[in-house]
Amino acid sequence: MTPVRISIAASIASALLILVVLELIRGRRLKERYALLWLVTGVVLLVLSAWRGGLNTIAGWLGVSGYPPAILFAAATLFIILVLLHYSTVLSRLTDENVLLAQRLGLLDERLRRMENGPTENRPSP
Amino acid sequence: MTVDRRVAIVPARNEEGAVGGVVAEIRAFDPGLDVVVVDDGSTDRTAEIAMAAGAYVVRLPFNLGIGAAVQTGFKFALEHGYELAVRLDGDGQHDPAELPKLLEVLDRDAADIVVGSRFVNGSGEHRGPRTRRIGIVFFARLVSALTRQRVTDTTSGFQALNRRGIAIFAADYPHDYPEVEATVMVHKHRLRLVEVPVRMREREHGESSITVLRSIYYMLKVTLALLVGMLRAYAVPSEERHP
Repeated sequence: MTPVRISIAASIASALLILVVLELIRGRRLKERYALLWLVTGVVLLVLSAWRGGLNTIAGWLGVSGYPPAILFAAATLFIILVLLHYSTVLSRLTDENVLLAQRLGLLDERLRRMENGPTENRPSP
Repeated sequence: MTVDRRVAIVPARNEEGAVGGVVAEIRAFDPGLDVVVVDDGSTDRTAEIAMAAGAYVVRLPFNLGIGAAVQTGFKFALEHGYELAVRLDGDGQHDPAELPKLLEVLDRDAADIVVGSRFVNGSGEHRGPRTRRIGIVFFARLVSALTRQRVTDTTSGFQALNRRGIAIFAADYPHDYPEVEATVMVHKHRLRLVEVPVRMREREHGESSITVLRSIYYMLKVTLALLVGMLRAYAVPSEERHP
């Protein structure tokens, strides 16, 4: 069973996380899809903090007898790896889109210069 | 509008010392050949010099790398309705006088993409750092095995393409050492690739900035990309679907 003081401290930290996420949503600094992810994370942490026998109970379900908090670390590590993997896919997509935009900008810039200079100007002269 | 519009694509990054000569040389070789220089985020006067020499210049706002720069040239060729594109590097290592060897193959419709090779028929050994030569031979073997076609020079950027080749590369083109992966793409799209022997010059300006560690890194990366490329689903450009 988690000591009461640790439980209270962890609950406050989890509640703070939820508040920060809500504030970010309110200020439109977080896309909805990420907002949901972090809200769920905050709620899970809050439940584990407040439910003092929770870790032991869940560890019991999974057959972890030695050190119940180990499941917390395992779950957190897996979660972080998945989030990072997701970020890699997002980065890859953004990079591709960035290249497309830069190419389009260059091509349009060339067209514009050609139009401003008139149809004959800037055409390679023999 | 002329019957057969042709364009030379010249990717250049910080080549103010060479690009003017390259453009002038291409224009002198064939005044009917338009030249588009893709300025890949140069910080020097590459764009101004290329324009003054009589080229169209597409300026990329920042450095995208050789693959994306060349692809920009193919997009330019596609959008402006060119029937044929040739590709020469902005550092002057490709001699326009060798172009007829490439164009001749396209003119009799014997290929969709023609690559100028330094090694086919032993047309000449390109001196260079050993790591570079090892890479060239390694990729030649690997690509030959993957495409079941003998390819000798997978890193040559001296190429000529017809409209089908232009359309496919405008829609999808690889990034680092793009020619290696592009060869496999060509095979996947069932385009006809032909190598012809050409002579290449030593770089006029600048040094190839490839160190041993980087070579190894690129070899691993491109090999991975090649193997993944064999499994990839390819985006087929609309021109191929509706000929």
